[in-house]
Amino acid sequence: MARNGVFSRRWRAEKLEEFDKLCPSLVSDEVHVLAVDDSFVDRKVIERLLKITSCKVTTVDSGSRALQFLGLDEQESSVQFDALKVDMIITDYCMPGMTGYELLKKIKGSSFKEIPVVIMSSENVLARIDSCLEEGAEDFLLKPVKLSDVKRLKDYMFSEDRSRTEAKGMNKRKLPETSSNDPSTPTILPLTSIDTASTPSSEFCSSPSSPIAFSSLLSADSSSNSSMPSSPDSPTRRVKMSNQNL
Amino acid sequence: MESVNQLQRKLAEYTASLYNEKILDEQFVQLQQLQDESNPDFVVEVVSLFFEDSERLLNELAKALNQPNVDFKKLDAHVHQLKGSSSSIGAQRVQRACIAFRNYCDERNVEGCLKCLQQVKNEYNLVKNKFETLFKLEKQFVDAGGSFPVV
Repeated sequence: MARNGVFSRRWRAEKLEEFDKLCPSLVSDEVHVLAVDDSFVDRKVIERLLKITSCKVTTVDSGSRALQFLGLDEQESSVQFDALKVDMIITDYCMPGMTGYELLKKIKGSSFKEIPVVIMSSENVLARIDSCLEEGAEDFLLKPVKLSDVKRLKDYMFSEDRSRTEAKGMNKRKLPETSSNDPSTPTILPLTSIDTASTPSSEFCSSPSSPIAFSSLLSADSSSNSSMPSSPDSPTRRVKMSNQNL
Repeated sequence: MESVNQLQRKLAEYTASLYNEKILDEQFVQLQQLQDESNPDFVVEVVSLFFEDSERLLNELAKALNQPNVDFKKLDAHVHQLKGSSSSIGAQRVQRACIAFRNYCDERNVEGCLKCLQQVKNEYNLVKNKFETLFKLEKQFVDAGGSFPVV
């Protein structure tokens, strides 16, 4: 796996400082999430949401920075930087330059394809959700993101149940390199219909808007507590691609 | 000098009014839950970011609408951003005003957009004042010896 990246000196120094403050030892079981969002406000919120669920977080403001961080950018790397191994990527869909969808495709077409990618969007557009899931997104969160969403995500993706995470072929630090070939067909689970008004999709993001009001994977009950068992097979919870080695 | 209890009551009533008037929604409650001893200023920090971001966007919107040939795509992109950040902090009325604004962008209706911009500005100024009052009350409460969580 590529562990190099090209960064501006200042960015690198900032990040190193952040890592030093947060985790002197990199050999922890903490999940490291790379969060991508062009909005200052949303970056701050998602960072806090992830930290509160005991994740290590790196936030970047664009898809290209995310690729830089992973060492996937096309620049010659003149600076060695041992990026913390990334366990999950969570990205906004609508971003200037590279959209979250484009970032997803790039990641799934790279040596980092095993890293689960979660898409966030303020727009509940069926076609958008479908295309993201088809490209291999692990999950799709509707904004504004809540603590229960993040907790649920973390629970089902990084639970104590090693056999489940191994079956998903996750790129966890403590596991050996997983095979990059996954011939199993992803399954899509049925959705719960919820009446949410779908806003017209932004021209900026140009995705076909669907009149079908649909909630992708919010737990229907807004008072659901975070300790609810998050069985990925529950039909009422969400649509998810489960890449299980059958 | 008001007592802690009086201030607590004032704070609770004021907060309740913000929800009743739909100035803030449940997402703000979410934000408050993310604040704790290790991050005691989280809400103020996020809201401050929101103020900066919004003011920048409102300027961009005014500029964009002032062009001889209005770029509706750009306009819509800015409104989308503002809608997103207001939604993330629970500023419901600002968010709703943005939704209406986007409809006029879709229709390429300059007059409608101008009216909406004014509406969004009004809602933004309202929520900004409300937040400032809220934070002032919170500070008074804490200075008098009160502590959170209260809710």
